[in-house]
Amino acid sequence: MNFFEVVRFSLRGLSANKLRSALTMLGILIGVAAVILLVAVGNGSAKAISDRIEALGTNTITVMSTGRGGSSSTALTKKMADALIDPELAPDIKSVSPVVSASSATMTYEGSDHSVSTFVGTTPAWFAASSTPVEKGASFTEDDVNQGRRVVVIGQTVAEELFPGVDPIDKQVTVSGALFTVVGVLKEKSSTGFQDSNDTAVAPLTAVQQVLAGYGSLTSIIVEAKDPDKVDAVQSEVSTILDQQLNVSSTSSSGNSNSTPYRIQNASSLLETQTETADTFTTLLGAVAAISLLVGGIGITNIMLVTVTERTREIGIRKALGAPRRTIMTQFLIEATLLSVLGGALGVAAALIGSHFTIVGVKPVIVPSSIGLAVGVSIAIGLFFGGLPAARAARLRPIDALRYE
Amino acid sequence: MSRPVLDVQDLKKIYGTGEATVHALRGVSMTVHRGDYVAIMGSSGSGKSTLMNILGALDIPTTGSYKLDGVEVGTLSDAQLALARNRLIGFIFQAFNLIPRTSAVANVELPLAYAGVKPTERRRRALAALDIVGLADRADHEPNQLSGGQQQRVAVARALVTEPALLLADEPTGNLDSKSTDDVLKVFDDLSAAGRTIVIITHENEVGARAKRLVRLVDGAIVTDVRQSPIDLPPVGAAAAHARVQAVAAGHVAAGHAVAVRAGGTTYGSPAGSEWNGGRHSS
Ligand SMILES: Nc1ncnc2c1ncn2[C@@H]1O[C@H](COP(=O)(O)OP(=O)(O)O)[C@@H](O)[C@H]1O
Ligand SMILES: [Mg+2]
Repeated sequence: MNFFEVVRFSLRGLSANKLRSALTMLGILIGVAAVILLVAVGNGSAKAISDRIEALGTNTITVMSTGRGGSSSTALTKKMADALIDPELAPDIKSVSPVVSASSATMTYEGSDHSVSTFVGTTPAWFAASSTPVEKGASFTEDDVNQGRRVVVIGQTVAEELFPGVDPIDKQVTVSGALFTVVGVLKEKSSTGFQDSNDTAVAPLTAVQQVLAGYGSLTSIIVEAKDPDKVDAVQSEVSTILDQQLNVSSTSSSGNSNSTPYRIQNASSLLETQTETADTFTTLLGAVAAISLLVGGIGITNIMLVTVTERTREIGIRKALGAPRRTIMTQFLIEATLLSVLGGALGVAAALIGSHFTIVGVKPVIVPSSIGLAVGVSIAIGLFFGGLPAARAARLRPIDALRYE
Repeated sequence: MSRPVLDVQDLKKIYGTGEATVHALRGVSMTVHRGDYVAIMGSSGSGKSTLMNILGALDIPTTGSYKLDGVEVGTLSDAQLALARNRLIGFIFQAFNLIPRTSAVANVELPLAYAGVKPTERRRRALAALDIVGLADRADHEPNQLSGGQQQRVAVARALVTEPALLLADEPTGNLDSKSTDDVLKVFDDLSAAGRTIVIITHENEVGARAKRLVRLVDGAIVTDVRQSPIDLPPVGAAAAHARVQAVAAGHVAAGHAVAVRAGGTTYGSPAGSEWNGGRHSS
């Protein structure tokens, strides 16, 4: 009996047991697809986070107050922000944007209202510094800020909520009883996690202070460097000026130490921490994937073992009819291989198709090595649990195989 | 006379150990020549299947010698055993043992495939074998689409398709109704008439009566071995068998045939062909 004939026997064996074959392949398919997809989701969200941080701009730093309760001695003020614009002391600074932000301001337009999750008051430089360009209409001007004009640029989500099918430009909205004129709509931003970064509105600093936040302290100051390489220089320049302003005694203050009343966050260091976090996340998902592979593997094992009795009897019959051990082993190994490889391939296909969809708000990004791992492990399980009982049965005396229960 | 197809000497089979030890065979010796049609009878548990499985090279004896076509089976390697099962023996099980979800003709082809016969030739011979058992029109049916009698006839076709020297059947009619039993036995009669060597296990007197030779097994030992009709003539068939059943049941032996009682380790050897008349008793 030549090899080609044995292959034909295997194919006939597979088609004679369609349900069993299908279930085995399904087990492998699910195992493989689950692992690949889960790892892809983890990888995808990690990527989204780092993309978003990169979008913040790697040439900006953010100064935030560490003081709690807005104690006046530690608070950031507009005056400090103005002090940073100093070509002498801070030659590498391109722009300074003071920011006050109010969470959950309700915006009303013609009876429908929407709660904007972050309402930002700032200066026009903010749009460039925070990489948040205006898509439609225009941003407000320096003059608008000086005059405290009530104009607002809204995010995509706000535009969709309040102005479905209507051009929002030049429409009047009400925020906390004050009328604001919509002058622009922000370009859509990719959002990660639970907060929708498009659910936002940006207005002149003065207007927001007047209407929402009050003339107290700033939430943060965004400082843009002239060049990404100058970020570190900018950071020390900012520290020096702020230490002067806040009368911090320690001259060696780096701006990041705990003794200072403010904290400087720089996007590239943020990126580093976030990448670490993302790696942890991927590892975690890998563990989940490993468990799903295990579960898939147990599924494959089950269906294989359930049929051992029937297969052992069949092997007994074949041996009684004069099948040599080698022929039987070859046939059953080919069966197991075909099922595992086919199931694995279908699993990869399913995962590749699945990765085109957004899963729990994340666009999956396939990690190639996860494909190798999932397919390898599944095929190994299929071969082992498909091949082992067959190999064992082939070694039995025919009568023992026939009596097997 | 040529060498015997089958020759067993002082065959013993012990199952289990200690308390659970079962002496299934206690020294069976028997010789079967080409063309014979032997029925082995005995009550349940007397060791018939054990003997048959050893004869079919499906199992091995604890001690004793078994020569198949002159070759000592105990010395064969796994590959040689496979060859012997494939070429020399056709085995028919009480439980049919067809491969499920596989057509009748594919089942019958199987031994030929293992013998390395080309697919077209294989198909032709399988269909011819199915024709012999009267199932040519059921070639494409799967086992679960066939009646018990039909399944057993497929199994018979599968056993004879390689034209083996020896056909072994373990209660082939045990699971069949009387109509199917007749169908299957008719096939055996025809095969015997065509010169095949057949050993059949049965617990039905009707079945035993049709054979040319009747061996009775009690507690793993042969107690009687009776020549019922000459080895070189066709078997008597159903009609004559009926008359003989009456005689057997009455404790007599059919006229013109002798008894050979065998006990202990003494061997019963069948004398050549039609000279069989005098019989032999040993003690
Ligand atoms: N695999 C086995 N293990 C243990 N005992 C067995 C086995 N097969 C048969 N026996 C015992 O051997 C004896 C003969 O069995 P068997 O040859 O099947 O009898 P028969 O076919 O004549 O009914 C019985 O007592 C049975 O219990
Ligand atoms: Mg039995």
